[in-house]
Amino acid sequence: MADRRYTKTHEWIAVDGKTATVGITDFAQAQLGDVVFLELPSTGRKLAEREGFGVIESVKAASDLYAPVAGRITAVNDKLSTNPELVNSDPYGEGWILKLELAGALPPDLLDEADYRKVTEAGSH
Amino acid sequence: MTEPLSFESSRPDAPGPRLPAAAVSAPGPLDLLPKEARRATPPGLPRLSEPEIMRHYSRLASMNYSISEQFYPLGSCTMKYNPVANEAAAAMPGFAGLHPYQPEKTAQGALELMWRLEQALCAVVGVERVTLQPAAGAHGEWTALRMIQAYQHSRGEHRDEVLVPDSAHGTNPASAALSGFKVVEVKSGSDGRLHLADLASKLSPKTAALMLTNPNTLGLFEREILDIANLVHEIGAMLYYDGANLNAFMGICRPGDMGFDAVHMNLHKTFTTPHGGGGPGAGPVGVKAELVPFLPAPTVERSNGHFSLDFKRPQSIGRVRSFYGNFGMLVRAYTYIVAMGGDGLTQASKDAVLSANYLRTLVAEDLHMAHDGPCMHEFVASAEQLSHDGVRALDIAKALLDRDFYAPTIYFPLVVPEAIMVEPTETENKATLDAFAKAIKEIVAEARANPQAIHEEPRKLPVGRLDDVAAARRINTYLLGRSDDPVLRWKPPGRAPVEAPV
Amino acid sequence: MPYLVHSAEDRASMLATIGVKSMDDLLVDIPESLRLKALNLPDGLSEFETMAHVSSLAAQNRLYPDRLTFRGGGVYRRFIPAAVAAVTSKPEFYTAYTPYQPEASQGTLQAIYEFQTLIAELTALDVSNASLYDGATAVAEAAMMAHIHTERNEVLVAGYLHPEYMDVLRVFSEGRGIKVRKGSEPNAKTAAVIFQQPDFLGLLVDVRGLTEAAHRAGALAIACVDPISLAIVAPPGEYGADIAVGEGQQLGLQPSYGGPHVGFIACRRELVRRLPGRLVGSAEDALGRRGFVLALAAREQHIRREKATSNICTNHSLCALAASVYITYMGPDGLHQIADVSFRRAHALAERLGRLPGWERAFPEREFVSEFPMRVPNAPAMLRKLARKGILGGLNVQRWFRELKGVVTFTCTEVNDPSAIDELMGVLES
Repeated sequence: MADRRYTKTHEWIAVDGKTATVGITDFAQAQLGDVVFLELPSTGRKLAEREGFGVIESVKAASDLYAPVAGRITAVNDKLSTNPELVNSDPYGEGWILKLELAGALPPDLLDEADYRKVTEAGSH
Repeated sequence: MTEPLSFESSRPDAPGPRLPAAAVSAPGPLDLLPKEARRATPPGLPRLSEPEIMRHYSRLASMNYSISEQFYPLGSCTMKYNPVANEAAAAMPGFAGLHPYQPEKTAQGALELMWRLEQALCAVVGVERVTLQPAAGAHGEWTALRMIQAYQHSRGEHRDEVLVPDSAHGTNPASAALSGFKVVEVKSGSDGRLHLADLASKLSPKTAALMLTNPNTLGLFEREILDIANLVHEIGAMLYYDGANLNAFMGICRPGDMGFDAVHMNLHKTFTTPHGGGGPGAGPVGVKAELVPFLPAPTVERSNGHFSLDFKRPQSIGRVRSFYGNFGMLVRAYTYIVAMGGDGLTQASKDAVLSANYLRTLVAEDLHMAHDGPCMHEFVASAEQLSHDGVRALDIAKALLDRDFYAPTIYFPLVVPEAIMVEPTETENKATLDAFAKAIKEIVAEARANPQAIHEEPRKLPVGRLDDVAAARRINTYLLGRSDDPVLRWKPPGRAPVEAPV
Repeated sequence: MPYLVHSAEDRASMLATIGVKSMDDLLVDIPESLRLKALNLPDGLSEFETMAHVSSLAAQNRLYPDRLTFRGGGVYRRFIPAAVAAVTSKPEFYTAYTPYQPEASQGTLQAIYEFQTLIAELTALDVSNASLYDGATAVAEAAMMAHIHTERNEVLVAGYLHPEYMDVLRVFSEGRGIKVRKGSEPNAKTAAVIFQQPDFLGLLVDVRGLTEAAHRAGALAIACVDPISLAIVAPPGEYGADIAVGEGQQLGLQPSYGGPHVGFIACRRELVRRLPGRLVGSAEDALGRRGFVLALAAREQHIRREKATSNICTNHSLCALAASVYITYMGPDGLHQIADVSFRRAHALAERLGRLPGWERAFPEREFVSEFPMRVPNAPAMLRKLARKGILGGLNVQRWFRELKGVVTFTCTEVNDPSAIDELMGVLES
């Protein structure tokens, strides 16, 4: 979608007014393999930009999750505790991770679709 | 074949062992312990007769690969022959029956063995003293970092960063973080060798140490090690040696001479103590003079031909485990070193390097090598070129299992995609190496002709590839309280979950 | 040379295949200045000479017969069934590697899964790991778990914890900025209250009281337990402790001058994600066959790297196997009998020792299982007298606890038959 932005650490963010939805990208889920668990914060917590807010685990890897923007957590995707595989099957839809109420403007260094594609093609792991 | 769990074969009326009676007139627990101090519900342990128990474990044993039967080309693990004489030595009653709190004068043989082992390890790696306390490699690594930290604190320095190559094994940063250090990665070049300019840019007065393996995790000798040591020492930091690859150059060169201040070793790799299915091992750490005061206490000292434990070490970092070390493993390693001697250990390393290069030459016909030759005692290949056939390093590993070989190390080092790390060691004969290369050739051919078949291997073992993803998800369901199947243990069907009192 | 397999011909042939003239061409990256002429070690010996040398070292140690050993302090002489060594000396077990390739390691993996179940049952807790190095490091790892779980920076040690376990706990804690205090009153800064049951003197402590106090303060209760005693004494799960740890040496392992032994750790469901070390779980293959695999590996150091909660990347697998064989051989009734016999013999010994002139039970109001403290008039002289008669008497604990003047702990297990007790008394009464 045109509104989606990306980070170098493979999170995506889609903004709708003052609310942002955050997840991990298709590239990231493919790298991780089958997701088995997510360690996520509770709603109400305030996150700073780039703050680590959780961990996503597969059988062979564990990755930290970083907030693309500063904000207050208004929702956490509960479905992921029983169905973590949603992150693999639908990373931009049903596999969303958090919703945030934005604290301010979006940081300027978020990547658009084309720039993010360059990052993934550079083969960084 | 399958073998039920002991719990599944258990029967409530199976005959148990005959054991001595108390034969004293004294009260028992029911007489003396109040009810709340006594166990309320007996433990759900299995009941089996001895013949059933022996058969159970024999059948389990037959479902294992082991170095006694199969070649283990595991890079960085040095799976060499475990001499049976070592087992006999460790089982001698004069060693096995010793209580750690016996008076020292009744344990002179044990103390002398530890002292002599320390001397021998000092000679092999070129250090002043060695602590034999750490129970495992990672344990030794952490011990070394704590000593380095204590040394720097004693000089009023508070250096809080440790440098680790990006090609390093995960234990390195884990051990550093556990000692309260911040971990900074140093880049390696395309050959896995440390990038000196990057190192220089990351060294600072905050650096406590640089952790290095030599040869590196690609099996290549760090040619610039003397320059690396100078850079590290100039900034006042220390150089730590990860002994995973020590088998490459015993008797050829020594980490101590390269400038390493703390030298870690794995007795269960280089010095043949058996892996036991995961442990026990031992991770001694050698140190230069500056670190000697900080060694874990007690150390073993000799004076006038008498051996003693020295607890009076005011600057020691303390104990890292109970008693004196995995003594039974120390006996094994010592026996090996005595049998091999300086000449034998040197030849062992030379043969290890020779065998690795020979095998590399053969395997290079079928797999892409991560770097140009020669290598030292191990080499890294990559399965990446098979990826367009949908075949990965994991598939090669599983296919080898079906051909009666254990798999090499895969997906390490992280800097090589689809990495396959091979270390033959000096105790595999040429026929075995040839057979392995032949198996690789067949597997690569099969990968190109029929990738689907490879995905279904191994077929010949008691189980095929296990769905660890489903298992992990079931575990998480249990951990979230949504199921009573722990997956991490057997539970009798229909038993209510253990509820702790509120 | 022993254990080397290549002949000169093999070497020449391999060099030719590689395409180099000599070994030096393969060692070309090593700077000349580092090359050794030779190792400063004697040449190797024949197996005959090696074993003669090693045996001579073994012969310089004095072995006290099991039945005449009354010293414990964390390592105990027990009856070890022949089955244990028969199983652990199978090369398929003792020379096997870590079970990273589960299809080729089902023997080891199933044995560990059984071990995990046995320990969970003994401690009455939900899940046990695949074992740790020893009781001391197990206590330290449990304290780390509590620190991470509660996000608090202090641990409280209540009562007489084994002094070496205390030392190791302190060394581990310093590295993580955790304070270790002695006492039994937890507060809002306490991550865990740690206690040993029976304690280092062999005495039973108020485990329920300590556990409740910990929980009231929002701290975890960590119980360091004697595995054999769990056959008769309430296990941690029955009084609500959160984590159980301990030393498994008594479960089929030789004293071996202090190692290798085996630590264990078990916990409530809620804490399982924090467990250090290996865990084995059950899984299925494509044909629906059950097998066993390493589980929750993403916790471990090789994946989390600097974010792991522990750096332990191993278990004492073969020692855990010995413990499993031992417990399975005994079964619940056998284990109960061993504990019961030890209890009665120890109480009989305590009663007789108490009648010696100048001897009395230390802390007589407290109960014990198979180890107990006596206050004696001249401990060093008494122990020397026993040693001269080939008896390894009790453990003088004043060495660690200065306030325990003249206190010596005695241990009695099923290996100390009644005539051995008579022999001990005979020497002390003379």
